[in-house]
Amino acid sequence: MKPHQIEALEISLLLEAIYQRYGYDFRNYAAASIQRRITRFLLSSDRPSISALIPEVIHDPSFFQQLLLGLSITVTEMFRDPLMFKSLRETVLPFLNSFPSFKIWHAGCATGQEAYSLSILLEEEGLNHRATIYATDFNDEALDVARKGIYEKEHIQQYSENYVLSGGKRSFADYYHEKYDAVIMRKSLKERIIFANHNLATDSVFSEIHLIFCRNVLIYFDRELQKKVLNLFWDCLPYNGFLCLGTRESLAFSGLEDKFMPVDKKYKIFQKKEIQ
Amino acid sequence: MTRRFKALVIGGSYGLLTALLKLLGSLPEGFQLPVIIVSHIHSSDCGELADFFNERISIPVKEAKDKEPIQSNTVYLAPSNYHLLIEPDGTFSLNMDEKVSYSRPSIDVLFQSAGFAFGDRLIAVLMTGSNHDGVNGVLSVKKYGGLTIAQDPDSAECPVMPRAAIDAGYVDQVLTIDQLIGFLTTKVNT
Repeated sequence: MKPHQIEALEISLLLEAIYQRYGYDFRNYAAASIQRRITRFLLSSDRPSISALIPEVIHDPSFFQQLLLGLSITVTEMFRDPLMFKSLRETVLPFLNSFPSFKIWHAGCATGQEAYSLSILLEEEGLNHRATIYATDFNDEALDVARKGIYEKEHIQQYSENYVLSGGKRSFADYYHEKYDAVIMRKSLKERIIFANHNLATDSVFSEIHLIFCRNVLIYFDRELQKKVLNLFWDCLPYNGFLCLGTRESLAFSGLEDKFMPVDKKYKIFQKKEIQ
Repeated sequence: MTRRFKALVIGGSYGLLTALLKLLGSLPEGFQLPVIIVSHIHSSDCGELADFFNERISIPVKEAKDKEPIQSNTVYLAPSNYHLLIEPDGTFSLNMDEKVSYSRPSIDVLFQSAGFAFGDRLIAVLMTGSNHDGVNGVLSVKKYGGLTIAQDPDSAECPVMPRAAIDAGYVDQVLTIDQLIGFLTTKVNT
């Protein structure tokens, strides 16, 4: 065996150990990204090899928790891809407006910025009282940040620019309070968001949902898991329900290409087709 | 001695466009080895760079897509604002991880994943560029047994990037673009 093949074997054994011991299933994550995260964790943990992590992971739950956080992806921002939010405002929200009440799901919400972005959008469009937003992630630490809605002030300039480009109708500063080097999102924005632990790799459908956000999450999965998760989304959407993916994500290779209709090809907004 | 290579990965930033036009334009139409490129020069690109190359060189040029199988006789460019990675099963993955050396896509990320995927059947070339992204990537390629090449800094529009890799001691061969073309056409494309 060559060095890269030995490393692949070590990773496979580690992921199997994690799954059997704790139930977190990373076995169908994209191998290249998971290798990168494990390698980074290894460097910071000062252990000699990936396989040396296995006994500790099995016997020391707190060590596993550290690794789990290292495997989780929490890069996000408010109104990322502002023109996607503009498109959402113009094409999707008018459709949701026809329902007396509706549900939105941010699958893989990390630290929650996108859920707050949507909450702002709904408030500006007068739809907030009819919406329930579920924001889920498997990373409890990220969910805690999301629940608090406290973010570093240094990002606000970027968020604010995004907000303006997305067609924001007020001043972004209306939506948070500043304190020291942080901002806290206004309380009314949180009222309709339910933050909860959900793992796309292992958990199933929990409700009917009218609009699903899962942006830049599927790229971390292999083709098989992508397919499984997209099928799960298809199951919980009513006909004409919406799915938003990341700008470089698609339904290609999922077998579901014909079951959704593109609403915005550039910003990857899809609508579930009715039965032919 | 000839090795059967699976891919050629190239990284660079300042001056890379001119260097690539010369390099890719000089490779024969039937050049089989997939060429996968991260460049820092197109952070807001939406596919225009692929069009630009397609008008000027004969090997087909595409933007890499998530989970797309890597084909021979094709040049792939990393899309803007995502890292491009190579999976051990010979497909691409994109990811949104933090920037590396202020860059996304990052050369380090491509090179590290390519090394892990293809081991000693990889060629990595670090070309003209103005920062140190790529140096750790070259180290990874070397660690996994791949062949590492740096553009001769004296011939590069910006010598910083190849110089840094050479000084770090991870580079097998230092070549001018003409020497690289000669190497690729005679030693690799057989």
